[in-house]
Amino acid sequence: MVTMDNNLNKLPVQTKQVKRKRKRRDYENVTGYVFIMPFLIGFFALTIFPMLMSLYLSFTKYDLLGTPQWVGLGNFKRMFFEDETYWQAMKVTVFYVLTAVPFRLAFALFVALLLANVIRFSGLYRTLMYLPSIIGGSVAVAVMWRQLFGNDGAINAILEALNLPTTSWLGNPNTAIWTLILLYGWQFGSAMLIFLAGLKNIPVSYYEAASVDGANAWQRFIKITIPLLTPIILFNVVMQMINGFMTFTSSFIITEGGPLNSTLLYILYMYRRGFVFFDMGYASAMAWVLLLIIAVLTALIFKSSKHWVHYESGGDR
Amino acid sequence: MALKRKNIPALIRQLILLVLIAVMIYPVLWMVSSSLKESSQVFVQAHSLIPESLHFENYVEGWKGFGGISFTTFYLNTFYVVIVSTIGSVISSTIIAYGFSRIRFVGRNVWFVCMLLTMMLPFEVIMIPQYIMFNWFGWLNTYWPLIMPTFFGTPFFVFLIMQFIRSIPYELDEAATIDGCNRYTIFIRIIVPLIVPAMTTSAIFSFYWRWDDFMGPLLYLNNPSKYTISLALKMFADPDTVTNWGSMFAMSALSLVPVIVVFFAFQKYIVEGISTSGLKG
Repeated sequence: MVTMDNNLNKLPVQTKQVKRKRKRRDYENVTGYVFIMPFLIGFFALTIFPMLMSLYLSFTKYDLLGTPQWVGLGNFKRMFFEDETYWQAMKVTVFYVLTAVPFRLAFALFVALLLANVIRFSGLYRTLMYLPSIIGGSVAVAVMWRQLFGNDGAINAILEALNLPTTSWLGNPNTAIWTLILLYGWQFGSAMLIFLAGLKNIPVSYYEAASVDGANAWQRFIKITIPLLTPIILFNVVMQMINGFMTFTSSFIITEGGPLNSTLLYILYMYRRGFVFFDMGYASAMAWVLLLIIAVLTALIFKSSKHWVHYESGGDR
Repeated sequence: MALKRKNIPALIRQLILLVLIAVMIYPVLWMVSSSLKESSQVFVQAHSLIPESLHFENYVEGWKGFGGISFTTFYLNTFYVVIVSTIGSVISSTIIAYGFSRIRFVGRNVWFVCMLLTMMLPFEVIMIPQYIMFNWFGWLNTYWPLIMPTFFGTPFFVFLIMQFIRSIPYELDEAATIDGCNRYTIFIRIIVPLIVPAMTTSAIFSFYWRWDDFMGPLLYLNNPSKYTISLALKMFADPDTVTNWGSMFAMSALSLVPVIVVFFAFQKYIVEGISTSGLKG
C-alpha cells in the first residue's frame, strides 16, 4: 500500500532520483512506525491480547486462583438456558437502551433546535445545558440522585407541595429504572453540541427558498432540517447506543441493581459475576456476547442507514 | 411598549429555555443547598433551596473522611492519578497523531482502521482480561493499571489532534525539510507549537474523564489510603452507614468543584472539541 511521496526533489538524473526516492521511502516507513509505536504496543498488549485471552477464558471456568478449566460451551449454555438472572439483566438493559437513548437524543435535538435560533444569551444557555454532561457520570451526582428520588427526597417533597401522590421511586420495581433513565437523559449535552454543529452547517438559503415557496415552519423542519441532519443522527445513535449499553455507575450506586433486579444492567451483572463471585470465565463469556450484540446492532444501523440517511451529493466536502 | 410580532416566537423560545435550565440545574443547586443545611433539616422541606441557616461546619466534618483518612489524602491521590495519566495520554496521542497524519508509511491505513475500531470498543468489554493481566503483574492496589494504559495513546485524542494537524499547511514541513529538519525535529519545533490548542482540548477531556473515573479505581484499589475521590465518595456515602447527611452532600458538591472550574475556564475548547470530532462527553 505504498503511496507515492510528494514530488519533492525532482532531480534530472533518473537513477539518482529513484535511489533517493527509495531511501526516502525507507526513512518514511521507519519514522512512521516510530511515531505510531505507542499505539501499536497498546493495541497488541492492552486490546488484542486481552481480547484473545477473554475469548479463551469464555470457554473455561476460572476463579482467578487456580488454573482455568476448559468447559467448552458450558458458560454459554448456562447463560442462555439456565441463568434467569442473565435474562433479567438482558431484559432490563434492552429496555433501558431503547428508552434512555431515544429520550436523550430527542431532548438533545429539541434543545439544539431552540438554541440554534436564539441569538441572545445562546452561549450562556449552551454552557448551562452542557453542565450536567460534565458532572453527570460522577459518583457525586449518583449519590445526589439517590437522595433526590429517596423517600424523603426533593422530588417527593415537590410532589407533596403540589398535592400530587408521592411514591417510593427507588423502592418500586416499576419506577426505579426510570430514575436511571432520567439521569441518562439529563446528560444530553454532547449529543446536543453535535446536533448544534450540524444545524449550523445547513445553508440558510435552503430555508429562505422553502419560505418563498410557502413552506411553513413544520414543513421546513421535516423536509429540510431532518433530512440534512440524518448523518449526524446516525452518528449520535451509534455512539449513544454503545454508551447506553455501558451504563454502570448509576445502577451500581443509585439502585444497586434492585429492587428485585429491576435495574440490574448488563455491565453491573457482569461486574458482579466477575468481581463479586470471581466467575471470570462466565463474565468473559458475557463480555463477548455483549460485544457481538453491539457489533451486530451497529452493523444493522449502518446497513439501514442507506434507506434513511441523506448525504448531500457533491456537497461542500 | 408594544412588542413587535416577530419577537414573540423568540420570546417564547427564551422562556422555554429558561424553564428547562431551571429544571436541569435544580438538582445541582439542591445538592449545594443541602450541603449547607443542618443534617437533621436536609429531608425536612427537602425541596427547599434556601437553608434556614448556613452550616459550613458540614464541610469541616466531612473533610475528616472515614477510617482516620481525611479527604486531603483522597484529593492528593486523585490529582496524582489525573495529572500523570493526562500528561501520558496527551503526549502519546500527539506523537501518534503526527505519525498518522503526516507520514506515509506502509500499512498506515490498516493501523488507522484498527485505531478507529478500538475507539468504538468500550473499556468494559476488556476489563476482565485486563484485570487478570494486571493481577499477574502484581499491580493490584497500585495506580499502575489506571496510569499505564494512558501512555499508549487515547484514540479519541489522536483523532482530534489529527484533525488539527491536517489544517496546518504541508508547505511548512517542506520548508523545514529544506532547512535541514528531519521528521523528529519538524514534529518538535514546527508541529507541536502549532497544535497546542488541540492538545489543550485533549488535556481538558482527559482531566474530567479521569476525575470522574469510577470503574478503574473500583476494580484496582482496595486500600482506603489509596482511594481516589470517586471511590472514597462511594464509601463515604454508603446509605447504610451515613448519618451526617449535610457532610455527605458537602463532600459530593466539593468533589465536583475542580471539574466545574475547569469546565467554565476552558468551555470554548470543550465545545469546539465535541463539535469538530464528535467526542463523547
